Amino acid sequence: MDLKDKLVSSFMAFENNVDVEHPVHDIRTEAIKNFEEKGFPSKKQEAWKYTSLKGLQKVDFSIFPKQVNTLELKEVKKYFLHEVDTYKIVFIDGNYSPFLSETTHDGVDICLMSAALTKPMYKQVIDVYFNKIASKDESLTTLNTAFSREGAFIYIPKNKMPKKPIEILHFSTGNEASLMLQPRNLIVAEENAELQVIERHQSLTSNEVLTNAVTEIFAAENAIVDFYKVQNDAKTASLIDNTYINQKDKSVVKVHTFSFGGKLTRNNLNFYQNGEHIDSTMKGVTILGDKQHVDHHTLVHHIEPNCESHQDYKGIYGENSTGVFNGKIIVDKIAQKTNAFQQNNNILISDKASINTKPQLEIFADDVKCSHGCTIGQLDEDALFYLQSRGIPNKEARALLMYAFANNVLESVRIPELKSRINKIIAEKLGVRLGFDL
Amino acid sequence: MLKINNLHAGVEGNEILKGIDLEVNAGEVHAIMGPNGSGKSTLAAVIAGKEEFEVTEGNVLLNGEDLEDAAPEERAHKGIFLSFQYPVEIPGVSVTNFMKTAINETRKAKGLEDMPANEMLKLIREKSELLEIDRKFLSRSLNEGFSGGEKKRNEIFQMAMLEPQLAILDETDSGLDIDALRIVANGVNKLKSKNNAVIVITHYQRLLEYIVPDFVHVLHEGKIVKSGDKELAHELEDKGYDWIKQEAAV
Repeated sequence: MDLKDKLVSSFMAFENNVDVEHPVHDIRTEAIKNFEEKGFPSKKQEAWKYTSLKGLQKVDFSIFPKQVNTLELKEVKKYFLHEVDTYKIVFIDGNYSPFLSETTHDGVDICLMSAALTKPMYKQVIDVYFNKIASKDESLTTLNTAFSREGAFIYIPKNKMPKKPIEILHFSTGNEASLMLQPRNLIVAEENAELQVIERHQSLTSNEVLTNAVTEIFAAENAIVDFYKVQNDAKTASLIDNTYINQKDKSVVKVHTFSFGGKLTRNNLNFYQNGEHIDSTMKGVTILGDKQHVDHHTLVHHIEPNCESHQDYKGIYGENSTGVFNGKIIVDKIAQKTNAFQQNNNILISDKASINTKPQLEIFADDVKCSHGCTIGQLDEDALFYLQSRGIPNKEARALLMYAFANNVLESVRIPELKSRINKIIAEKLGVRLGFDL
Repeated sequence: MLKINNLHAGVEGNEILKGIDLEVNAGEVHAIMGPNGSGKSTLAAVIAGKEEFEVTEGNVLLNGEDLEDAAPEERAHKGIFLSFQYPVEIPGVSVTNFMKTAINETRKAKGLEDMPANEMLKLIREKSELLEIDRKFLSRSLNEGFSGGEKKRNEIFQMAMLEPQLAILDETDSGLDIDALRIVANGVNKLKSKNNAVIVITHYQRLLEYIVPDFVHVLHEGKIVKSGDKELAHELEDKGYDWIKQEAAV
């Protein structure tokens, strides 16, 4: 049985474990129908031209882990941003781990989707926000919607700000030979609210994992949301990340995506600007080697006038790795005075590495500033000579130049401990120990 | 210290240096002058080991050792320093961190431990005062947004930190106003000793008013066509390079 059939037929078993009377279940039922009709996207579709899911569909993934596994904190501490105090929402093989988590209901709700989907006190928030911005048409998103049961639920009321950053961590323990996970997150920042979220998927063994995640983020008037995606997973872990962001007037949302690992990673990052004077920022650093593949698909839809969007993605591709950047910007006719910037710069450090980069601009307004640029190059030999002439060996000199190349993406990281952690991962990826911490 | 014998070098089959002979001893200052395109910067880059240039004949010896197979960083470890005409910008790496890396990599190559942090700080303070460099400047990203003068001053600061045996200053005077020129020259003069040597590469005589050479060589079409003392520099300033070209043609 292929993966699609297996998923569709698993839906009935899934229904035994959820409240089918809940209004959300109607959404799930609609969603599975859409997935059944559409199936997995294929390379024939323009949006999936460079990323094939064929291999993954042949894997016999477990849809529901048979048993609950536990983890000792000391086994996984290094995956947490432990240098700083954080709220934590932790899942092990898709199941919530109360032991590793630190949730709160103190003025803000930082807890579980399973609670939000079942408890009456959250019904109103779920009614207003759940599955409102996520696509009802894109098949992988609807697949996630059909099986939506668990994930992070974060609700920050008007004028509130959580005391510390929030970490969402998904561990897979290798209990199953191969496991498919479908976390569903909902993040709501009401008027003037502010929050910082760090999300990480981590496989702890070499058993195959496929994660198909959906995150919906709502930023109301003047809200500020910083979302950091740390993608540094095992070589047998694949991730399809579908993130949908709805912004209202004067809100500021920044998403940083650090893609350093994994087998296949697809980031579908979608911004919808439903208001004026909105600022949307997407930044990414990708450093790949081996046969890794990362595909960044971004969309910014400028729906109202006087808004800005900034995209800056840097990629360093080595060995046989492959990358894709596809940045779509839509400016509606009414969205005058839009400022939309997009930049994608890449360095290929191996003859066998490749990158496909494509800006896609659909501009229907006439008074806008839109710019885009993409470059693919090698390291600057003159710069390399400069560093070497100062006594810095070739390998370290190359690493310093690559670091310098990716550096400006890190400038906007507002959690210093995270920034230094990312710097360390970069130094590690580049295989150097420099005379100072990057 | 440095001995260059019949050096021929070029890029992609195009010969730029066509037989250079030069001997530089400890304690000496040599000036290499010449019109644009005469091969001055190529000579500097070849001594420093830039791989883009291929040496087709002759050799470069440092203290009797042939440098042919030495990578640029190995030459740096042996005490060669090149002050660049166009220093490269390195965003995200501060001047201080860059110097730490350069010094500790050089020490590593010599089998030494990293320089202790307090010693490093002391050295940085001492040398930055020599070049009249502000402390804030040291935490800025290397060369990023630096003015022409700041870049050159920073080059000489790096030279002061690395204490090379042989320093080659490639057009260090270009883009400098008179105050910056004085600071840079003053720094170089203070670093000069009987144990090291300096090669000043320049188009103009201006810098040589401050860094007084023992020998002046004129490079033209890849060859040293005339050598003399500092008076030769004055002569070039007065008469330009045309008479050298004519003399060379005869």
